Amino acid sequence: MTTPLALGVLAGAVLSGTSLLYATLGETIVERAGIVNLGLEGVLLIGASVGFAVTAATGHALLGLGAAAMAGGLANLMLGWLVVVRQANQLASGLAMLFFGFGASALIGAPYVGAVITGLPKWRPALLAALPWVAGSTLCNYDILTWLAVPVAVLVWWALFRTSWGLGLRAVGESPAVAFASGRNPAILQGQALAAGGVLGGLAGAHLSLSLTLTWAEYMTGGRGFIAIALVIFSKWHPLRAVAGALLFGGAEALQLQLQARGSEISPFLLEMFPYLLTLLVLLAWGGSRRLSAPAGLGRTFYGMD
Amino acid sequence: MPEATGTRTGLGAPAWRRLLGWALVCGIALALFAAVLLAAGKDPLRAYADTFRSTLGSAYGFSELLVRMTPLLLTAVAAALPSRLGLINVGGEGQLYMGAWMASAGALAFRAWPAWLLLPCVALLGFIGGAAWAALPGLLRAARLVNETIATLLLNYVAPLIVSYSVFGPWRATESSAYPQSSAFPEAALLPAYFETRVHAGLLIALAALLAYWVIMEKTRWGVDMRAIGGNPEAAQRLGLPVATWIVVALAIGGGAAGLAGMGEAMGIHGRLRVGLSPGYGFTGFLISWLAGGRPLGILCMAFLFAILTSAGDTLQITQGLPYSAINLLLALILFIVLARRPGRRAAR
Repeated sequence: MTTPLALGVLAGAVLSGTSLLYATLGETIVERAGIVNLGLEGVLLIGASVGFAVTAATGHALLGLGAAAMAGGLANLMLGWLVVVRQANQLASGLAMLFFGFGASALIGAPYVGAVITGLPKWRPALLAALPWVAGSTLCNYDILTWLAVPVAVLVWWALFRTSWGLGLRAVGESPAVAFASGRNPAILQGQALAAGGVLGGLAGAHLSLSLTLTWAEYMTGGRGFIAIALVIFSKWHPLRAVAGALLFGGAEALQLQLQARGSEISPFLLEMFPYLLTLLVLLAWGGSRRLSAPAGLGRTFYGMD
Repeated sequence: MPEATGTRTGLGAPAWRRLLGWALVCGIALALFAAVLLAAGKDPLRAYADTFRSTLGSAYGFSELLVRMTPLLLTAVAAALPSRLGLINVGGEGQLYMGAWMASAGALAFRAWPAWLLLPCVALLGFIGGAAWAALPGLLRAARLVNETIATLLLNYVAPLIVSYSVFGPWRATESSAYPQSSAFPEAALLPAYFETRVHAGLLIALAALLAYWVIMEKTRWGVDMRAIGGNPEAAQRLGLPVATWIVVALAIGGGAAGLAGMGEAMGIHGRLRVGLSPGYGFTGFLISWLAGGRPLGILCMAFLFAILTSAGDTLQITQGLPYSAINLLLALILFIVLARRPGRRAAR
């Protein structure tokens, strides 16, 4: 019994972790540029609802995925208009985005409640399928988002730490004034970061509705946006460490689901608390060191150079 | 460079201009929301007319507004009091659920007690439930370990699970009912209702809480201390103010207010503990407090306004077949407009 449980948790960790990883990567880019998007949960909901609605309407999950990515990017650009152009308070703007996501996703998803869709296609390379303990399990049978999750994390790392664009972006996050003085445009870089982060957030939401649940339900993201914000802190604003974080939290969720599926004696409601409490615990353990690794300009509004 | 001044609902603006400003904000938001409803193939004008008729159009409708205002006032105080210290309590929803949960535990455990003993005890338990749920993030924040915003947000997801666990498990009503709920509370635990309506004693508690908030902030030394900490925590610390203690206490009292809101819903409206106790009252209360700038009179007006606006959510659900949560879009639009027109520098909390 123990081996299948471990395998089930591992397979589930990868599946649940995919969405968390995309969301965490998106928020990492945005926070590296000095902006906190507390409304990430809302962006995920928009991605999940738009992805599901478009898939249900057209019958093509990949179209739904594309639409979700665009919707996420647009949502974040709207946030950017508030916090960068209008220089509004970031936390309040993030909460506005949260409410926007609650309301917009409910409206978008309403006509498609109960709709049946074909989710994202999954495949398993023949080479892996030949392995003995893989063949009979759900292990390694993944959709495109899961297969691309780690490459995307590497791509984000490369873009942030190995390109001139990423250097400028991080400079804006540390000190917009210095970045401005050295010839970068903080507003444009922050806008680009928000757009990229929004696309990743939209994909994260779409993975939930198009691959994990294959349904639309209000509030279906269940706080994953907030867990992802905590994961950014956990991974110390580093895309590659985010992979480990997403696997850990995906594992927490998978363990909870596996125990439920196996008819555990513990109430499912108590099991469902596990990921949230683990998040708090991790924040607690990491609390002391966070100030050292956070971008120095995080959450501050840049008012220009005069 | 943003314009330094402009038409905005600032502290200095005279009352009529502030009122005009709010009317404008609501007008724009309602127009935008109408456009969205139209795009969704619904009839916004009918929805607005229905909402108006069902709220301000009759004495009973008005009483239902007061019913809805009750938890909103308390959750707004829950956000407002910590905000004076610069703390962001977005956990009203969870604190509301924990208040309802603790109050229910008392009502079910001491069913034999007379009303004069049981009712205060249940109210106190409601306060304690919410206070404890907020004190936890307060302690983490005071110890400089976890930011209170993210901690209160996360705990919002845990509290309803505790309620679900109790309602589906040990407290589940034995008398029939496929609907998961606790067994009915004893008569003695229920808050009295007035004027043949659902307006219950919770409204008096809410108004008293708002009054107490005003008195504490404006008339006592505690208010001065709290505002000093909110203005400059480092300076307050050097002055010898117990900053860490105040952080925990302010969050706990705020959480207690939200807990009273949950107690009121359970003891005044449902008479049982139910899973869907709150359609986001905690979040709406935060919005109310934020938009009112934490000012007591502003909270009163905003709570009334938001009671009407969220009533539109019910109308949409009943007459237009839209989910209640669609109303969050209208609340978001109001917030967007206020944020966009409030120019920088004067960073609002």
